[in-house]
Amino acid sequence: MMPSTQDNGNSRYEAKGNNVSKLLEVKNLETRFKARNGYVYAVNGVSFSLEKGEMLGVVGESGCGKSVTMMSLIKLLPPSAEITSGEVFLDGEDISHASAKKMNYIRGVKVGMIFQDPMTSLNPFVKIGLQLAEGIMYHKKLSKEEAYRQAGIYLDLVGISNSTERLNEFPHQLSGGMRQRVMIAMALLSEPSLVIADEPTTALDVTIQAQIVELIKEIRERLNTSIIWITHDLSLLAGMVDRIVVMYSGMIVEEATLEEIYKNPQHPYTIGLLQSIPKVDASHGKRLPSIGGAPPNLFIKPTSCPFAPRCAYKIDRCEQENPQIREVRTLHEKNHHRVACWVDVEKRS
Amino acid sequence: MRAVSESKPIIQVHNLVKHFPVRLGAFGEKAAVVHAVDDISFDVYPGETVGLVGESGCGKSTTGFTLMQLNRATSGEVIFNGKDLTKLKEKELRKYRKELQIVFQDPYSTLNPRMTIGEALAEPIRMHKIVPQNEVAAKTAQLIEDVGLSPNVANRYPHEFSGGQRQRICIARALASDPKFIVCDEPISALDVSIQAQVINLLMDIQEKYNLTYLFIAHDLAVVRHISDRVIVMYLGKIMEIADKDELFNNPVHPYTTALLSAVPEADPDIEKERRRIILKGDVSNAIDPPSGCRFHPRCRFAVHTCSLEEPPQRDLGDGHLVACHRIDEIRKGTIRETEDH
Repeated sequence: MMPSTQDNGNSRYEAKGNNVSKLLEVKNLETRFKARNGYVYAVNGVSFSLEKGEMLGVVGESGCGKSVTMMSLIKLLPPSAEITSGEVFLDGEDISHASAKKMNYIRGVKVGMIFQDPMTSLNPFVKIGLQLAEGIMYHKKLSKEEAYRQAGIYLDLVGISNSTERLNEFPHQLSGGMRQRVMIAMALLSEPSLVIADEPTTALDVTIQAQIVELIKEIRERLNTSIIWITHDLSLLAGMVDRIVVMYSGMIVEEATLEEIYKNPQHPYTIGLLQSIPKVDASHGKRLPSIGGAPPNLFIKPTSCPFAPRCAYKIDRCEQENPQIREVRTLHEKNHHRVACWVDVEKRS
Repeated sequence: MRAVSESKPIIQVHNLVKHFPVRLGAFGEKAAVVHAVDDISFDVYPGETVGLVGESGCGKSTTGFTLMQLNRATSGEVIFNGKDLTKLKEKELRKYRKELQIVFQDPYSTLNPRMTIGEALAEPIRMHKIVPQNEVAAKTAQLIEDVGLSPNVANRYPHEFSGGQRQRICIARALASDPKFIVCDEPISALDVSIQAQVINLLMDIQEKYNLTYLFIAHDLAVVRHISDRVIVMYLGKIMEIADKDELFNNPVHPYTTALLSAVPEADPDIEKERRRIILKGDVSNAIDPPSGCRFHPRCRFAVHTCSLEEPPQRDLGDGHLVACHRIDEIRKGTIRETEDH
């Protein structure tokens, strides 16, 4: 799995090929948005894969392209967006050129979505029951009774009591945490092989967040669903995922198994993010290590390392060439770790 | 930690109540009251940072607003420098306004888009006659420097700045009138993660330089732990627990505080693996019709019959550690058992 030096990230996975255990494979994805004065380069060559039953965390700041990457996979993008390159394999099947009808089926059956804001993702005029049942009635050709029965079962699964009564309620009758549970039930109802959760707990309070995280962990154990969890909160992922992808300026800057990210972070950006989280033992008055500068300008497509202007370890090469993502030494053999940085950790000063 | 007993409090809040009348029903035919803040008392001492934490709707922002007289209190007192601000008329209040300032959550909506940064900063300086007219420009430049921006920003407009820079400008403007006390209402929640640490550092630097006292309102407990000397935990308009930062985070007593702390994720997979979370049941109750007795009892794993009948009094456990819970003694002795339906 060693990357060759010449490629653009395309052949990174060639060695393993389309392995059957891979649920999702993304190669060199690029997405941009048309703006009034040029393009916003949101995703700039992203490649990653997901095993069956795996839980992947995608972390980055607003505008780093984490959501757009995932929305590009299932083509859930506004008209101003344009996917300029990339291949997406779901269950070994190339879906990057799938028709609109096929994509409808994929979004309806194969991939479930949970969004950040449960207040706006539910239709306020439609009862919970119909909103849940609608999808499987259409895609799985279930009868109304059967679809509602299924909906009830999934409401029970996500911990909503009196599920039969809840089916007849409107979204406003539920609290924020409850609505997010409904969204989760909706995402799971078609028994998808992949669930994409886009900051599902950001709009919720910490105690409710803990409830939802616990619920998703439980569900994953029971149903063995593959999950991609998008967030800006690195601490949240520590107790949850198998592997983490760190994004910056529309690119993956680091990708590693859980232990590696927290114990052996390599990219200066990841290190900076981890350090800027206030620690338990930090005494009052101590300054927090912070990352200087501001997030990147997305109107310019990066040709050199996008983090270089904020990086303390940059060398001349960082401002000339974009670093390829490469394998680095791991703490344990079973781990896996890739970083896009020209400067080795040992050589930083 | 500052010796609390030695100095006189800069702000004393006594039995503060803020209720908002609302109209319910499809045609607003039903009058009701939101019990946003219900009978809370606390002191803030000069030079300290008091963290105010709680979940959305617990009344922490309302407390900040009412303290600043941006909302007038329903009842209770806010004593600043010996004067009860709640009794003052708008005109009399004006001279206190410059002493009390606030930094809001969203730096995008708090700056006038038609005013340059220089104008926005000069306005309060002129208004409160902080310095003579011919020194206003110098004072403005000083503020800009103090918050870590380059001098040429004075002629630029808010839209030219990023979120983090705008928050710096908001902080500069709060400083413009030489305040003694600043309410920071979730000042970093709207910012990117990598920028949050910059703003926290700035707030701590200027606190030292300007000798400020902060009421730091936030829902992010890790940040509160970093910046505060003392912490107040609120739930549904009531204070559950007040203690020194270390005491609160190391020896929380109130079941709500314990659950809240246990819900905060830690950026370490080993800690997370070992951790047993206390998952609270249900949601925060409604502030229009708050639960009887202890407001937390419907979600509390230790709740007994008394908890639903009587409001627990606030008890002092020593060193300013105040807790409002019926079952303090059992919790501290470690003899407490979870009640059956939990």
